[in-house]
Amino acid sequence: MSLWTRHAIFEKNSIILVIGVLIVIAIGGLVEITPLFYLKSTIEKVDGVRPYTPLELAGRNIYVREGCYNCHSQMVRPLRDEVERYGHYSLAAESMYDRPFQWGSKRTGPDLARVGGKYSDDWHRDHLNSPKSVVPGTVMPAYPWLAQTDLDFEHIATDLKVQAALGVPYTPEMIEQAQADVRTQAMVGAPEAADLAKRYPRAQSRDYDGNPARISEADAVIAYLQVLGTLVDFKLYNDKANIR
Amino acid sequence: MAHSAVARKSMTIGEGGSTLAFVALAFLSVFVAANAYTPEYAFHAYLFAAASAAAAFKIVARYYDRANELPPLTVGGKPNYNMGPVKLATIAALFWGIAGFAVGLWAALELAFPVLNFDLPWFSFGRIRPLHTSAVIFAFGGNVLIATSFYVVQRTCRARLAGDIAPWFVVLGYNFFIVIAGTGYLLGITQSKEYAEPEWYADLWLTVVWIVYFLVYLGTIMRREEPHIYVANWFYLAFILTIAVLHLGNNAAIPVSLFSPKSYIVWAGVQDAMVQWWYGHNAVGFFLTAGFLGIMYYFIPKRAERPIYSYRLSIVHFWSLIFLYIWAGPHHLHFTALPDWAQTLGMTFSVMLWMPSWGGMINGMMTLSGAWDKLRTDPVLRMLVVSVAFYGMATFEGPLMSVKAVNSLSHYTDWTIGHVHSGALGWVGYVSFGAIYCLMPWLWNRERLYSLKLVNWHFWISTIGIVLYISAMWVSGILQGLMWRAYTKLGFLEYSFIETVEAMHPFYVIRAIGGALFLAGALIMVFNLWRTVYPAVEPAGRTALAPAE
Repeated sequence: MSLWTRHAIFEKNSIILVIGVLIVIAIGGLVEITPLFYLKSTIEKVDGVRPYTPLELAGRNIYVREGCYNCHSQMVRPLRDEVERYGHYSLAAESMYDRPFQWGSKRTGPDLARVGGKYSDDWHRDHLNSPKSVVPGTVMPAYPWLAQTDLDFEHIATDLKVQAALGVPYTPEMIEQAQADVRTQAMVGAPEAADLAKRYPRAQSRDYDGNPARISEADAVIAYLQVLGTLVDFKLYNDKANIR
Repeated sequence: MAHSAVARKSMTIGEGGSTLAFVALAFLSVFVAANAYTPEYAFHAYLFAAASAAAAFKIVARYYDRANELPPLTVGGKPNYNMGPVKLATIAALFWGIAGFAVGLWAALELAFPVLNFDLPWFSFGRIRPLHTSAVIFAFGGNVLIATSFYVVQRTCRARLAGDIAPWFVVLGYNFFIVIAGTGYLLGITQSKEYAEPEWYADLWLTVVWIVYFLVYLGTIMRREEPHIYVANWFYLAFILTIAVLHLGNNAAIPVSLFSPKSYIVWAGVQDAMVQWWYGHNAVGFFLTAGFLGIMYYFIPKRAERPIYSYRLSIVHFWSLIFLYIWAGPHHLHFTALPDWAQTLGMTFSVMLWMPSWGGMINGMMTLSGAWDKLRTDPVLRMLVVSVAFYGMATFEGPLMSVKAVNSLSHYTDWTIGHVHSGALGWVGYVSFGAIYCLMPWLWNRERLYSLKLVNWHFWISTIGIVLYISAMWVSGILQGLMWRAYTKLGFLEYSFIETVEAMHPFYVIRAIGGALFLAGALIMVFNLWRTVYPAVEPAGRTALAPAE
């Protein structure tokens, strides 16, 4: 009985009620979120994972703009059928430079965490332009404007700078070269391609959208899709080192 | 307005300060628009400029039009309730409700018939779907919550709403946020964080609106004539507070520039995922549950004319619900790169959450003890009670789906979509409709609704719609989940991904039919309410009625 009457302190005192609510709702979040900044499995560094090149980042931003996460996940779960369908299960480290993360929550289309290298650039170009032309039963909308729109990368260096301020290891050199790096990576046989690959290991330079006359949004999106899930070499990765 | 020569009229600090703030914001917006990196952002900046200029102008015009004194807190010993903002939010809720349901229907049809994407950026599913979710959750649901909370807090505290301009700012500012958010998605301005898609400047604006909302709410509670704060207000208060905390945590982002709509979130990868679903699940827990439980705790007793079943149960319900909900987020991340212990915690607390949820359901349902006969005669009460039944159903299904073994099948499939809609259409939708059916006649001083028969039609048509929707999604979700993991006798995956997509088609059509029925029901409601406020034939002696305020 006394406990019920003591509750009156919350019922008669709005500020105490506010403080009570704040304390009660703070606990769960603090317990679940804070450790993620310290635990080995969530902050481990894995060989091969690197920040996105400026072109890949621009492509990722278009992926974000179009809301691809509404239908595509980027998180392979360690379940037998998923590993066989999509490849090695996703590691925390593989999305450590993803701002925002794009793990998704719905697979109206397939998972894209390891789509890199599975299809040719031409396939992606046709698929984005008209998905039905390569997958007749698909319900994916067409994105014909991507190949028809010039990529806006005038301010891409600022994007890198902001990410660097948030802790992504973009060096001053990378930031300075950002705009030039977009051009280099979207082109076949640019002499600077070797420098680019030195700054961003495994970065591939080529004309992704099949139209050398322009650097389109499709160039950027395809460059992003083609790098997804390819950075870690799972022949070398020791999955026992970090059981989750 | 008569200007008395004796009484002195002066601008309040609120009037003067907000005028200055809006003028400053208008200039800033024009400056931003002139330097914007993209035309879409410039468009938004001009919208901000126009809205701020209009607000400043309106505040000054209102000052010249008003009496020398602000409206009194009481008139003849009775509270002088401020129902203007409540009315506006109610109408906004109806507008956004119809818009949000219609866009949802469109999105559903896009999945069944992709030609409806029209190959145009503004109409493609990836941009339309967030428009639907934000329109129904934040625009429809948010306006229902603002309207009912401002109504309930005044009536249960027997006090006039705190602030003069502030309540109007909350309603108008919130709806302006909706416009910015919604047009932003169509133009490709989004963070692509589920249910938190608006970009940094919209988030900042919402933060200001929300703080004012909190202050108005708390200020009104502090003015109360009743010694006790009524239980509905606890839930509303927890909703407002927690949403503020979640919003700030999940939208902590650094803009690329003042002149760019783009920002980068301070969290990355797995930490961002955890913060996102801490936010995302509690947008469900506090926006779509705690807030609407506030509605349940006021409108069901009021309509049934019975007291709440158990006051003690409501105390237990309140504290256990808000404590447990906040832990449940990780069940959205089962089998991901989030550490196992966090997933297990999320699952455990989700299962525990079943108890307070059903405690609340029982408290709402049993309030009808001794008044069950009213369900036969009052379709509005029936809608309110069925909403609580749907709440019980959805909060049983939720814990079930949070169990890892079940989740490995249900996750990434339509089962989740069906689950959300049994809560959203059945619980949030029906409790909102019930509250609005009560509220509109009260606010506009009408004796009764135009037609209870139409409420009945609304109820049955949308119930059939919900049943079609959720059963179609159960079948398609479980079917697709099973197809993904099906193996042939030789040990190969049996179905390619596209085969599982093609199998969804009939269910997507059924789902769209369900959605269309739900929309049709809502349109009947709007007609009914329109006729309630504006009867075709004015009954004699009715014309002279003064507005509620």
